[in-house]
Amino acid sequence: MVQSRRRQGGYFRVFLFLAPGLLLILLFFLAPAIITAVMGFTNMDYRFQWNFIGLGNYVRMLHDFLIPKIAVNTLIFTFGTLVIFSIFFALALALTTTSIGERSGLFFQALWLLPRYTPPVVYAVIWLWILSPTKGGLLNGLRDLMGLPPIPWILRYPLGVIIVTNGVIGTSMGMLIFSSAIKAIPRDYLWAARVDGASWFQEVRYIILPLIRWPLMFITAYQTLSYLTSYEYILLITGGGPFHASEVWSLYAYNLAFSSYGGTFEFGYGAALATVLIVVGALASLVYWRIFRLQKMMAPPKIEVL
Amino acid sequence: MPRRFTPGSLAKERRKRTALKVGMYLFLFLVTLPLAIGYLWLVVGAFSKTLMYGFVPQGFTLQNWDFLWNPRLPGLDVDIWHMFLNTLYLALGVTITVVAVSTPMAYAISRMHFPGRTAILASTLILHAFPPITLLLALYYILHALGLLDNLLGVILVRAGLWVPFAVWVMKGFFDDIPWDIEMSALVDGATRLRTFWKIMLPLVRPGIGAIAVFAFIGGWTEFIFQITFVHNPKSWTLCSYIYAIIGSYRLTNYGLLAAASLFYMAPVLLFFIFTQRFLVRVTVGGMKGGS
Repeated sequence: MVQSRRRQGGYFRVFLFLAPGLLLILLFFLAPAIITAVMGFTNMDYRFQWNFIGLGNYVRMLHDFLIPKIAVNTLIFTFGTLVIFSIFFALALALTTTSIGERSGLFFQALWLLPRYTPPVVYAVIWLWILSPTKGGLLNGLRDLMGLPPIPWILRYPLGVIIVTNGVIGTSMGMLIFSSAIKAIPRDYLWAARVDGASWFQEVRYIILPLIRWPLMFITAYQTLSYLTSYEYILLITGGGPFHASEVWSLYAYNLAFSSYGGTFEFGYGAALATVLIVVGALASLVYWRIFRLQKMMAPPKIEVL
Repeated sequence: MPRRFTPGSLAKERRKRTALKVGMYLFLFLVTLPLAIGYLWLVVGAFSKTLMYGFVPQGFTLQNWDFLWNPRLPGLDVDIWHMFLNTLYLALGVTITVVAVSTPMAYAISRMHFPGRTAILASTLILHAFPPITLLLALYYILHALGLLDNLLGVILVRAGLWVPFAVWVMKGFFDDIPWDIEMSALVDGATRLRTFWKIMLPLVRPGIGAIAVFAFIGGWTEFIFQITFVHNPKSWTLCSYIYAIIGSYRLTNYGLLAAASLFYMAPVLLFFIFTQRFLVRVTVGGMKGGS
């Protein structure tokens, strides 16, 4: 009796602790996910009216002549950035920064972390200067120094530009995760290999890589999802242009609704496009859940058991 | 195959290892150089009249900094300090909301037993991996319905809401690390749960609160996509909106102004970064622990 009264009071107390956080998550995370899915079945525009048109937007998606191009761009961008930067370059940085002195290793890591904390507009300003089509930019300034004519980098290599600019930010995630995994490898393994005459490359190939298999898979899964859906930096640096050459799926959804030059406010169709990404994202999250056995972190707290 | 050691082979091995280290430094130096040049340009460009070949400074000047009293955007009658205060308001708003909301939530998840605990924990973890940017259209609709468009409070709430899963996850880790005997002894001595939380636990997780506060502050200060999508009235512009507008209107010919304004906007983050470097490296990994 006493026990159950205490329990009830306990639940109210728990509710007090949880309520503000749950409210925010509900209002700005779960509700928007549901609203996006429902909005995808309407032809909502700037008047915000819920006119349901069934699968109209999805039929339109099948006939949209831009979609094949955008789907290809999205795949090239996502996997290009993932493989070149998040895996290979991040691994190269992690292996080198953990093999040199600790202080200088941390110094280089911190420098590569800087883009992640730079305001996106400032990061874009730096790149717009580097890639400027005029001689005032870094790359064309260097070409000028060598007597070469300037190249309009963004117009000529739109996909390359968005891969590099996003990759430089994405690298730090893999670098940090791989470094901490490498540091966690017992030193005796490496010493034993060295005594047996292994070269550094053999150490990496036969000891380090097999032991950081899980972090590698984690980064692959996590970064695939984030590249698939991120468009902030693309919006800032190329805007998706020229002529949709660097437009990816998520940016297309954004541009349909908010594009400064189109300004069409196509919320319904944009939401349908976003829904596709949300479904992919939700599926990917479920896969993480299975693969990475996250349940083990959900153990009940000790103090209430007593 | 085990090998035989001779003084000669050891010396050779040592030379190989040294050469390898030199190679590593060279590699790191070469790949990091362009990055460093980019940030260095912000500083050099902000104080130079022109840059020859795009990067060789010519003549020291403070003229690029006149945006501090003259916004230099046609039709803009809001001064830069107003935008600076807006940015500060946004950053502090996000910080306070995130800390106030996620600390008690993390405590409850870490220390209390209640039905649905696992579900809540699981959903914060899944949301943590879920990219919020895909929800932008619906968020626009919600803010419109709540009458919070063109209002910094709307951006604060959205940004804070999207940070809560991450912050709860980090804070839960800090609460988990505190031995429960400490809390038990307070409870045995007759303190209520709320009092224990306030008097005993909060002081112990101060480093955690510091960590999520730093992240939330930087996140709010550098906020871009929600700010430029939800806020159009220049009265509510932040420094981010201002630089975004310069990029749009000058078509990037005035690099001096852009560099100076960017440096001004970035300065607080840069300071934070210099002083908390090691800590940032550690906590960025810590925050990711949720999945690895």
